Amino acid sequence: MVDVTPADGVPPAEVAEMELYHPHSWWTKYVFSQDAKVIAIQYSATATAIGMVALVLSWMMRLQLGFPGTFDFITPEAYYQFITMHGMIMVIYLLTALFLGGFGNYLIPLMVGARDMVFPYVNMLSYWIYLLAVLVLVSSFFAPGGPTGAGWTLYPPQAIMTGTPGGQDWGIILMLVSLILFIIGFTMGGLNYVVTVLQARTRGMTLMRLPLTVWGIFTATVMALLAFPALFVACVMMLFDRALGTSFFMPAIVEMGEQLQHGGGSPILFQHLFWFFGHPEVYIVALPAFGIVSDLISTHARKNIFGYRMMVWAIVGIGALSFVVWAHHMYVSGMHPYFGFFFATTTLIIAVPTAIKVYNWVLTLWRGDIHLTVPMLFALAFIVTFVNGGLTGLFLGNVVVDVPLSDTMFVVAHFHMVMGVAPILVILGAIYHWYPKVTGRMLNEAMGQFHFWVTFLGAYLIFFPMHYIGLMGVPRRYNELTATTVMTESAHDLNAFISIMAFLVGFAQIVFLFNLIWSIRHGREAGGNPWRATTLEWQTSETPPAHGNFGKELPIVYRWAYDYSVPGAKEDFIPQNMPGSFGSSREPA
Amino acid sequence: MADTTVTHTGQAQARPAGLQGVAADWSSDQRAFKNVSWGKAMMWIFLLSDTFVFGCFLLSYMTARMSTRVPWPNPSEVFALHIGGSNIPLILIAIMTFVLISSSGTMAMAVNFGYRHDRRKTAILMLLTAALGATFVGMQAFEWTKLISEGVRPWGNPWGAAQFGSSFFMITGFHGTHVTFGVIFLIIVARKVWRGDYETGRPGFFTSRRGRYEHVEIMGLYWHFVDLVWVFIFAFFYLW
Repeated sequence: MVDVTPADGVPPAEVAEMELYHPHSWWTKYVFSQDAKVIAIQYSATATAIGMVALVLSWMMRLQLGFPGTFDFITPEAYYQFITMHGMIMVIYLLTALFLGGFGNYLIPLMVGARDMVFPYVNMLSYWIYLLAVLVLVSSFFAPGGPTGAGWTLYPPQAIMTGTPGGQDWGIILMLVSLILFIIGFTMGGLNYVVTVLQARTRGMTLMRLPLTVWGIFTATVMALLAFPALFVACVMMLFDRALGTSFFMPAIVEMGEQLQHGGGSPILFQHLFWFFGHPEVYIVALPAFGIVSDLISTHARKNIFGYRMMVWAIVGIGALSFVVWAHHMYVSGMHPYFGFFFATTTLIIAVPTAIKVYNWVLTLWRGDIHLTVPMLFALAFIVTFVNGGLTGLFLGNVVVDVPLSDTMFVVAHFHMVMGVAPILVILGAIYHWYPKVTGRMLNEAMGQFHFWVTFLGAYLIFFPMHYIGLMGVPRRYNELTATTVMTESAHDLNAFISIMAFLVGFAQIVFLFNLIWSIRHGREAGGNPWRATTLEWQTSETPPAHGNFGKELPIVYRWAYDYSVPGAKEDFIPQNMPGSFGSSREPA
Repeated sequence: MADTTVTHTGQAQARPAGLQGVAADWSSDQRAFKNVSWGKAMMWIFLLSDTFVFGCFLLSYMTARMSTRVPWPNPSEVFALHIGGSNIPLILIAIMTFVLISSSGTMAMAVNFGYRHDRRKTAILMLLTAALGATFVGMQAFEWTKLISEGVRPWGNPWGAAQFGSSFFMITGFHGTHVTFGVIFLIIVARKVWRGDYETGRPGFFTSRRGRYEHVEIMGLYWHFVDLVWVFIFAFFYLW
C-alpha cells in the first residue's frame, strides 16, 4: 500500500492497491490473459486481421467499378456483399474495436496511472466475445448464400427479402448475431474503461490533468455505452422479423407477385434506431482520434496543447451533441420537413466545437519546434483530411443541398474522408508513436516515410476525384455504370484511375504490416522514452511495461500532460510524475 | 481491491456539501465518486446502458402501437383470467407485480443484514428473493402458455395487430431473461454469503479476487432495476 502521508500537497491515497491476478502458465499469460496490455494487443491483432479482409473487399469493388465487365466472378450479388461487409467491418470491427479495445486497453491504465483495468477478468471476456463476433461474421462468407448484401446500414425491408443476397439465407442472420455479440462484448470492456478513468486514477491525477487521448477514448466509450443499445434493439427486432416472421420493420409488401406474410411494420423505425446508434458511432471513432492527435501534435511540436480546457469541453460537447443529430442521415426518408430543419440546425452547431478543436491544433503548431517524425506527419495529414471531410459535411448537413447529393458517390467520398481516412491516419500515426513502448523498438523510418506518403497522397487521389464523380450524379452502390447517361467517358477514366490508386494505397499497407513484424526484431532500440514525452506511459521502469504497469510504487502526478518547452526549465519536457516546480508552466490553474 | 469503499486516509476528509461538493469531487484526483467502489460504479453505469436498451424496446413498441392501422387487442380482456365465473382483468399481472415488488423488499433487507455480517439472515433473505423472482418467471411462463394456447404468436393473434404478440413476447421475454439471470446470481451470492466467503476472504473461482458484503448491495442494485423496469412495462403494456 502507498504511504498515506501527503507529499508536496498531493492528496493521500484513497484506495488500497489493486489485487492483481498473477498468471501461472503460458496460457494465462499470453492467451487467456487478464492483463490489459495483452488484451489490447489481442484486440489490435484481431481488428487488423479482419481489417485486411475489408481491404481486399474494397479492392474487389474497385476492380468492378474501374474495369466493369472484366471480372466475371464479381456478380452484382457479390458486389453488394463486398460493399456490405467492407462497410460493416471497417466501422465496427476495425475502427471501434481498435480505438477502444486496442488503444483504450493499452493506454488508459498506463496514462491514468493504474496497474490494470478495474475488472481484468471481465476485460478478458470482452476480448473473447469480440473474437467470437468476428468469427461469426467471417463464417457468413462460407454459409449457404454467402454474407448479407444489404448495405452496411441493413435497411429493411430489403435486408431480409429474397432479392438481397443473404436476405433469405444465412447471411443476414449471422450478421445480426455477430453484431449482438459485439455489443455484449464491447459493453464488458466499455464499463471497464469508464470506471477505470473515473475511479482508478493515481494520486494527483485529476480529470483536468488527463492526457486528451484518455479524454477522447473515455467520452467515446460513454457514448458507445448509450448508443449501442439502439443498435442492439434494432438487431434483435430484425432478427425476429427474419427468423420468427414478426413485422416490426416490415410493411405489407408484394414480392415476385406474391403478398408476403408481413404487414404493419415501420421501416423508418429501423432507420431511427440505426442512426441513433449510427451517428454517435461516427464520433465514437472520431473522438479517440481527436484525443490521440492532440497528444501527437503536442509531443512532436514540443509545445503545450493550445486551450486544453476548451479541448476537453469540445470533446464532451461534441459527444453530447452527436446524440441529437441522427436524422440528418434520413433527409430523403420522407420525414416531416420540420424535423429536417431541426436536425440540420443541430448538425451545423456541431461545427462550432469541432472548429475549436481544429483551430487549437493549428495554434499548438504555431511557432512550435516541429519534428517531422512519421507520427507527426500522420497527425498533420489528419488535420487537413479532417477539415476536407468536414467541409463536405457542411454540404450534406443542409437539407436542400443534401437532397440532390444523397446516395451519390459524393456521400461516399465525404464519409471516407472524414471517418475513414482521417481516423485511420491517426491510428497509423499512433502505432508509429506507441510501437516503441509496446515492443521496445522503433519502427523502421524509411518504410514509415514510404508508407506515409503513399497512403496520404494516395488517399487524396482516390477520394478527391470521387467527389467530382458524385457531383455529376453518379449513384453509389451501383456495380455497373457503363450504360448510364451520367457516366461520361472521361469520368470513366477517372474511375479506372481511382481503382489503380486504391491498389497502390493497399500495397503500402502491406509494407506497413511487414514493418510491424520486421521491426520487432530488427528495429532500432527505443529506450523508455524515445519521443521525450511527458505522459505516464513513457515513465514506466520497464519497456515494454511489466505486469502491473509500474514498479513497486505507483507514480504520483504533479502536473498536467503538456509541460513541453516550459520557459525556465532545463529540459524541454517535464514528465507528469516529476516533483517540484520548474519555470513558468502553462497549466491552467 | 480490498474495500475500495473505505477511505484509507486515517483521517476523514472534509468535503464541501451540495453542488460545491460535487464540483470538488469531480475536480479531485483518484476518484470522481468518492466512497463509491469500482463494482458499484460499474453496476450503475451498466444499468444506465441497460436503461437505454429497455427504453429503445419500449419506444419501438409504442411506435408500433401508435402507427398500426389495425386495432390493438384490449389488454384488459386479453390478460383477464376466468376465476369464479367471471373474468377478472389483469389479475395475474397484478399478482406478478406484487410478487416482484415484494422481492425488492426482501432484497433490501438482505443488504441490511449483509452489512451487519448476519450471514444466516442475509442468505435466507436472498434465497427468498430468488424464490419470489422464480415465482414471477413461473407465472410469466403460465401467462405465455395461456396466450399461446389461445392462438397468440409472434407473427399474429386472433384479435388484431400482429405487433401485439411480437412486442409482448419480445419485451416480457427480455425482461424475464433479466429476472432469470438475477435469480441465478442471487443464488450464487447467497451461497457465498452462507459459506462465509466474505468473512474468510476466499478468492473468487474465476476472478481470484476476494469478495465483500458489498456484493450483496450491488446484486440488489440490479434487482431493484429489474423491478423498476417491470413497473414501466406494466404501465405501458398492460395499463395503456
